[in-house]
Amino acid sequence: MFGLTAHKRTEPPGWGSVCIFPAALTLALGLGLGLMAATGRPPAAVLGSILSGAFGSWRALEETLLKTAPIFLCSLGVAATFRIKVWNIGAEGQYALGAVGGAAAALAFPGLPAPVLLPLMFAGAALAGALWAAIPALLRLRLAVNEIITTLMLNYLGILFLDWLVYGPWKDPASHGFPMTALFAPGAVIPRIPGTRLHWGLPLCAALALGLWFFLSRTRLGFELKASGEGRRTATYARMPYDALVLLVMGLCGALAGWAGLIETSAGLGRLQPTVMAGYGFTAIVVAWLARLRPLAIALAAFLLAALRVGVENLMLDFSVPAAFGRILEGLILLCVLAGQFFATFSLRRAKAPGTAREAA
Amino acid sequence: MLRKRLALVLAAACLALALAACGSGEKKAEEKKEAPAAAKQEAPAPAAGSAMQVGFIYVSPIGDAGYSFAHDLGRKALADVPGVTTSYVESVPEGADAERIIRNMAAKGFKVVFTTSYGYMDPTLKVAGEFPDTVFMHCSGYKTAPNMGAYFGRIYQARYLTGMVAGAMTKSGILGYVAAFPIPEVIRGINAFALGAQKTNPKAEVRVVWTKTWYDPATEKEAAKSLLDVGADVIAQHQDSPGPQEAAQEKGVYSVGYNSDMSAFAPKSHLTSAMWNWGVYYKDVVEKVKAGTWKSSSDWWGMDKGIVDIAPFGPMVPKDVQDKVLAAKADLLAGKDTVFAGPIADQKGAVRVPEGQTIPDADLLGMTWFVKGVVGATE
Repeated sequence: MFGLTAHKRTEPPGWGSVCIFPAALTLALGLGLGLMAATGRPPAAVLGSILSGAFGSWRALEETLLKTAPIFLCSLGVAATFRIKVWNIGAEGQYALGAVGGAAAALAFPGLPAPVLLPLMFAGAALAGALWAAIPALLRLRLAVNEIITTLMLNYLGILFLDWLVYGPWKDPASHGFPMTALFAPGAVIPRIPGTRLHWGLPLCAALALGLWFFLSRTRLGFELKASGEGRRTATYARMPYDALVLLVMGLCGALAGWAGLIETSAGLGRLQPTVMAGYGFTAIVVAWLARLRPLAIALAAFLLAALRVGVENLMLDFSVPAAFGRILEGLILLCVLAGQFFATFSLRRAKAPGTAREAA
Repeated sequence: MLRKRLALVLAAACLALALAACGSGEKKAEEKKEAPAAAKQEAPAPAAGSAMQVGFIYVSPIGDAGYSFAHDLGRKALADVPGVTTSYVESVPEGADAERIIRNMAAKGFKVVFTTSYGYMDPTLKVAGEFPDTVFMHCSGYKTAPNMGAYFGRIYQARYLTGMVAGAMTKSGILGYVAAFPIPEVIRGINAFALGAQKTNPKAEVRVVWTKTWYDPATEKEAAKSLLDVGADVIAQHQDSPGPQEAAQEKGVYSVGYNSDMSAFAPKSHLTSAMWNWGVYYKDVVEKVKAGTWKSSSDWWGMDKGIVDIAPFGPMVPKDVQDKVLAAKADLLAGKDTVFAGPIADQKGAVRVPEGQTIPDADLLGMTWFVKGVVGATE
């Protein structure tokens, strides 16, 4: 194509792999800013507005970090399942169930002190999310049902279940008919780190990232997970418990997404209501691929995506930019970065003669 | 040959993009250095004499019709007020995101922040506690603070009038109502519409479909189609898009719009619309804040103050129907609100409001039951 042919690299491109990500990011930002310039908004000021909205002050940075937490947790979960080629796109539903599980504990024991109640809520959220995730895992293992479809469908079921609870049995009688539970007791709200607006869910995220990185790259089970990615036959040949591993990663993802739902419910809203669903479970899939399923890279990608979203809000306020621009910019970045990964595996060479392009493919 | 030329063009385009990207990359570095300085400025309120900033937060895109569109018309009306600049953020989800955006406005020194959807109530209250010098105005809720007021308009009055039109125009006696969420605001509107329809057509029934979305044109249109399939020949709605109007026009039946005059989207089917006119209220608040006379309150203005109205009738509405509706409108304009005056029975036929009584505002604000003649569940 265009007189060029693609060749699979025999070795990683060395310095190239370091450059590809920033180059793709710059290209996408350039395109987005070009769009802004075309609509009469000065690109430099636009970029400044995004950056100052995301990192420009301690308050902005706090907001970005708070926004990072749920994206990161969901993404960490789906990445774990993708690693063994279980195509779980059900983090959204697992997030909903986590929110429900956490809220159930909060509403059942409002009188308990925080040191008892909060661990109970985390346990409830992890359990609810993990059990929800176990359904498609078992369906796949026992009945060979495609998990892409079951996880997707369970998302809608999970969200509707949450809706049903807050429109029905859990609705706060004092809410004037609006769908929401009563405000949680003080002991059920994840406390803030003194002197900041950050809550203790964030250090938990950091610990989980390190823990999972260690688990995946430094333990035997982590290695088995990686190897099982080649499929059941490979795993069985190597005498690895494939079924147990699938259940393990799905349960892990359910628990992590569930915690994201719990954190947003408890620290973000202080009650359960349908607006807790913000699409983080779907965002997580993109983030996981951007970071090529590596835990620490996921932390970075989640942070950058959160920064973009928070920054674009500031841009909307400063320049009356339509909300769709944020989505466009996000799309451009994902497209450029994912396309850029092509260059990490392939190199382009000038074709020797017409017709050789086909051989390369 | 062609292929080669195409390759050349593409290569040139790539080069141009890369150069543009490099340029912006340099700017990025510069901006990063400037960012902390900008942050330092944002804490204190703007000095006296500079323009007063007024911010708006919308739940859906502004678009060209609908709830946020109507609020944004109100924002634009503030252009008449000297010394005031406005800005807005659209499509803000009603959760943690809203709180962040409200706080950002307050931190940037906005003097008045209008949060225009119910779900912004708790976030608004939270931020109001952190910024005592900013005035927060929350739409359609009930919580207030010394620096946070609540406001809404009696759109049910306009809905009652549109119900009268719909009741007079239906042949099947079945009115379809595409509704967003089963919350009091929506339920109240459906009831007012049904009571209005029964005024001109005692046998009229209102069939309700819940979409569970504020803004999803495709879903809303499909919901309208499902109502058309059960014989509805007038489609009313409580949504942010004119999707239901389009469905009605395609089927060749009538429709009643909401939020703004929706005649442009379905000229052949549009009877009238229940309309917001937020500008009068926004000007009132902003002028009071400017003059230093603003005090926190819960305002629920009616048609007499001009905050709600109905759109001009479509050409298909006969003169006698128009006269009847305009007579009822004259009463509302004079402050005589008998929309929820008894006797009113509920869906089961039990009398909820006896003759001679009217539903008090507090009960209207928390309304969770349908009047007789409405077909559907309130959940």
